[in-house]
Amino acid sequence: MEQLLGKIAHCVEFGKINLAAPYPPDMKGQEGADELTKKALEQGVSAEDVLKKALVLGMERVGIKFRENKVYVPQVLMSAKAMHTAMEHLKPYFQSGSVKRKGIFVIGTVAGDLHDIGKNLVSMMVEGNGWQVVDLGTDVKTEKFLEAAKAHPGCTLGLSALLTTTMGNMEKTVKDLKEQLPDLKILIGGAPVNDSFRQKIGADFYSPDPQGAVEFLNKLSA
Amino acid sequence: MNKIAYEIKSGKKLVSDGAWGTFLQKMGMGPGECPELWNIEKPGQVYKIAKSYIDAGADMIETNSFGGSFYKLANYGLQHRVVEINRAAAEISRRAAGKEKHVLGSVGPTGKMLIMGDVTEEDLYNAFKEQAIALYQGGADAIVIETMSDLDEARIAVKAARENTAAEIICTMTFEKTVNGEYRSMMGVSPTDMVNIIIDAGADIIGANCGNGIEGMIDIVKEIRKNNADIPVLIHANAGLPVYQDGQTIFPETPVQMASFVGKLLDAGANVIGGCCGTTPLHITKIAETIKNHTR
Repeated sequence: MEQLLGKIAHCVEFGKINLAAPYPPDMKGQEGADELTKKALEQGVSAEDVLKKALVLGMERVGIKFRENKVYVPQVLMSAKAMHTAMEHLKPYFQSGSVKRKGIFVIGTVAGDLHDIGKNLVSMMVEGNGWQVVDLGTDVKTEKFLEAAKAHPGCTLGLSALLTTTMGNMEKTVKDLKEQLPDLKILIGGAPVNDSFRQKIGADFYSPDPQGAVEFLNKLSA
Repeated sequence: MNKIAYEIKSGKKLVSDGAWGTFLQKMGMGPGECPELWNIEKPGQVYKIAKSYIDAGADMIETNSFGGSFYKLANYGLQHRVVEINRAAAEISRRAAGKEKHVLGSVGPTGKMLIMGDVTEEDLYNAFKEQAIALYQGGADAIVIETMSDLDEARIAVKAARENTAAEIICTMTFEKTVNGEYRSMMGVSPTDMVNIIIDAGADIIGANCGNGIEGMIDIVKEIRKNNADIPVLIHANAGLPVYQDGQTIFPETPVQMASFVGKLLDAGANVIGGCCGTTPLHITKIAETIKNHTR
């Protein structure tokens, strides 16, 4: 069983989706996250073990490598694809409540900004760490964030911006949300954003990379 | 008008223009507005930008069409107006440039990812083809494919512009410094990775834009030159990295600060220097002066 979980973690780390997937080239013709996850569940491995000992582990490894610039966006996207494929098999267990997620993370790109690559990366890494992710998309107005935060009590919020011009909207969104929901934890990210900006606008956390967001969330829930 | 690459090969160092996006913002374009729609709705303002760079001493100016592809315009429901918007962009810049100066039709990334199966290579090719033809027909004598981070997307864009227009083709990618001190694009492409593939696809001029300040561009040019001694190299550098002050984002490098790196950039092997985000006509004036006075 441990061996099978190790193999799934490996598939997630290196982005091996299924048997037919040509990527990565050195795993061509081998079973991927899809087949191996199915097999593990059929052999009686618990869904919780598949999540924690395989998917979370694989995503964590790729997240750390991404932070260290050992891999880049394409590798993370392939890992996320492999993770999602495996996650499909776990869906019934989430629905029945036999596996619980760590909490809810609501994420979106702020108003006026249509960029989604960074937001998607964070969303995938957080989901792959065992959180339920509510992705509000791009160009999200404050009201929509507020609505989602109220609909998911206890959630943590992530805001993304790529454009320097929409940093002002990020500030406004953070201030408005904090006014209405003072206990809501907000983390921010995006190319022009940094920690001194975070301090200025009163958000709770900034991370230059998705793995940092995952670690912050885990600390909050610990 | 001679080709830019011809002027470079005859020994000239040339000046390109500065920022467009941040300039439009200064003119009052709000977040969430489609910048390219200004070509139709506020052509006078767009012309002012183009003309200000010609007056600053630029040998070439871009067009307001960075996000003018089918996929980018689709974000605003304007995907059926690609031809109209890009033609207008090129016409405005051509009007400012006259017959003597070059107009570089700007083509940015689509925001779609081949690797995720968002689009096929053929989809991208067709989108870039449509945009490049419209820019060329509107009066651009070169197409600048810029801010690219995915090598496949860059290659397809170069090929589409090369095969469907008679314009000179320029391609610049955006690199950032990694924790290991190397330069890589968001998708992991190094300047070295870029050189042969982009030239083989049909680029006449290659280089880098955006991403970091002008100082980092020196190492990027050196890396390109290590791989190819002859290909003309163009650099469009930001005025430093953005700083947030009192609800506004400021690009901190002054014209004098930026110009202080121009000599080293030329010595490293750059042939054309201009600006990207945060640069103004004043930056370009200073860069132009420095290039003119530069002796090795």
